[in-house]
Amino acid sequence: MAHADEREIEERPPEEDSELEAHLQTRRMMINLGPSHPAMHGTVRMRVELEGETIVRADPEIGFLHRGFQKSCENVTWNQCLPYTDRLNYVSAIMNNLGFLKAVEKLVGLEIPERAQYIRVAASELHRMHDHLTCVGAIGLELGGFSAFLYAIEGRELIMDRVSELTGARLTTTFGRVGGLNRDLPDGWIDRVNRTLDKIHELLGEVDGLLTANRIFVDRMRGTGVITTQDALDFGFTGPCLRANGINYDVRKAHPYWVYDRMNFDIPVGQNGDNYDRYLMRMEELKQSEAIVRQALKEAPPGPIIVDDWRVALPPKAEVYGTIEGVISHFKLVMEGVPVPPGEVYDCTEAANGELGWYLVSDGSGRPYKVHVRSPGFAILSGVPRMIEGRMLADLIPTFDTINMIGGEVEQ
Amino acid sequence: MSLRALTLVKEKYPDAFVEQYTDRTGGAWGVLKPDSLRQVLAHLKDDPQLDFKLFLSMDAVDRLQLTDSVPRFEVVYFLYSVTHHEHLRLKIRAGEEAPEIPSATSIFQGANWWERFVWDFYGIRFTGHPDLRRILMYEEFKGHPLRKDYPLRERQPLIPERPIRDIFRGPGTSGTA
Repeated sequence: MAHADEREIEERPPEEDSELEAHLQTRRMMINLGPSHPAMHGTVRMRVELEGETIVRADPEIGFLHRGFQKSCENVTWNQCLPYTDRLNYVSAIMNNLGFLKAVEKLVGLEIPERAQYIRVAASELHRMHDHLTCVGAIGLELGGFSAFLYAIEGRELIMDRVSELTGARLTTTFGRVGGLNRDLPDGWIDRVNRTLDKIHELLGEVDGLLTANRIFVDRMRGTGVITTQDALDFGFTGPCLRANGINYDVRKAHPYWVYDRMNFDIPVGQNGDNYDRYLMRMEELKQSEAIVRQALKEAPPGPIIVDDWRVALPPKAEVYGTIEGVISHFKLVMEGVPVPPGEVYDCTEAANGELGWYLVSDGSGRPYKVHVRSPGFAILSGVPRMIEGRMLADLIPTFDTINMIGGEVEQ
Repeated sequence: MSLRALTLVKEKYPDAFVEQYTDRTGGAWGVLKPDSLRQVLAHLKDDPQLDFKLFLSMDAVDRLQLTDSVPRFEVVYFLYSVTHHEHLRLKIRAGEEAPEIPSATSIFQGANWWERFVWDFYGIRFTGHPDLRRILMYEEFKGHPLRKDYPLRERQPLIPERPIRDIFRGPGTSGTA
């Protein structure tokens, strides 16, 4: 990992000078950040105890965005859970949709068609870029680099356009169904995606030029928000935040799913576990994801996009209107849901912020009995006090940015 | 998937396990006795052959509506080893009356928030937890919403809600009266 500049650490003023300064009387002060605060991404309330500008204690209070995700899922059919999963990490909804479906398919014991696997990989990576662009842009914005934010958001906007062509929605995608996908790629989409990626590549160059070697930016990022590897594992950090500590764990490589084992990509690994490394992880993953999207769309074979099993997937409309078997399957699927046999499963995918784990329990009734989601942001947010206690208040902002906490998934 | 690890722990602590089984999808589970939880977790974390240092998550299941509903609660733990690249699934069973199990916070700091989550939503107490407050619901909230006997449409507003009569289904039960 190339370092951006070879800056020297500034010398502190000599002792004699600081002796001339009068002792400043301070007292501990408790301040509230949030829950409605632009730097608190979503709705987290931080109670911060300050001594001067140093944070003595920080206590994040979450739950303002709690929607009862699990309770809602337990009362609808398996496919009807999908709109709820959109709203977990609403910046990369497709990855939540597909991660949930993968766990359900594992519980049913389904192998999905190859074309669906390729499209799932491409769509996931597209949304990983969407997530990372948002994160990188927001870092720039909150550290005072508004132009970098605009470039990143322009790229994100283009991805949203492609996603809306693919899924019909910009944000809440509800993409995929148990057993495959609900719709195939639109005509001419691959070409448009490739041109979009060219444009994003250009925009990323701009962001990179504005931020990566920027003196002010590096000063705010390097050496701030540090967490030790031991603590990062203890708190359950995954994804770019764990890899910034030098731990090479990525579900896509460690336990390849779909067709990730056929994709050529590298996993960037940092070493310092600070804000700057976490930023660099995301910048590099953007480039790797771009390559994966191109490769997956190029290699996707023609074929069906959903399993040909009417107990799981809706029959084609001609069969529904033309045959009695089609009508019955359609009716049973809509009214009773996908018949998932009783059992339990833990399954995970690599979402933009880390391991997205699902623990599902089925009682065989067509509705989930239990849907546990291991959202990466929850674990990372619980480690934030450790990263900022004893540091300056100003470090809290870049730390909160680089962990990329998303209120929706943390607060379920 | 993690059968190797479970066998290793079982050799070391044969009395700690109630049961060991493999679920339908091939995941190996170890069911622990509550008293031996901390001992086993500490061993899993420190033994270099196991090295389960990454605390992924934990949650609970209320088995009230399942066929074998006694004991009522199951608390599940998911660990990961970044050196051996294995997942580990552990379970503890807890009864219906004032369920209590030992806290894992002294071994994994990440367990802190997850235990608060399980307390908040299932009402399972963790003995030795430094700060067992609700985490997502508010302090004034009564009951534990993910228990199966907590009604789906129950509402507990902090300020009284105005009844909405023109919408058939709610919010909650106030509109149906």
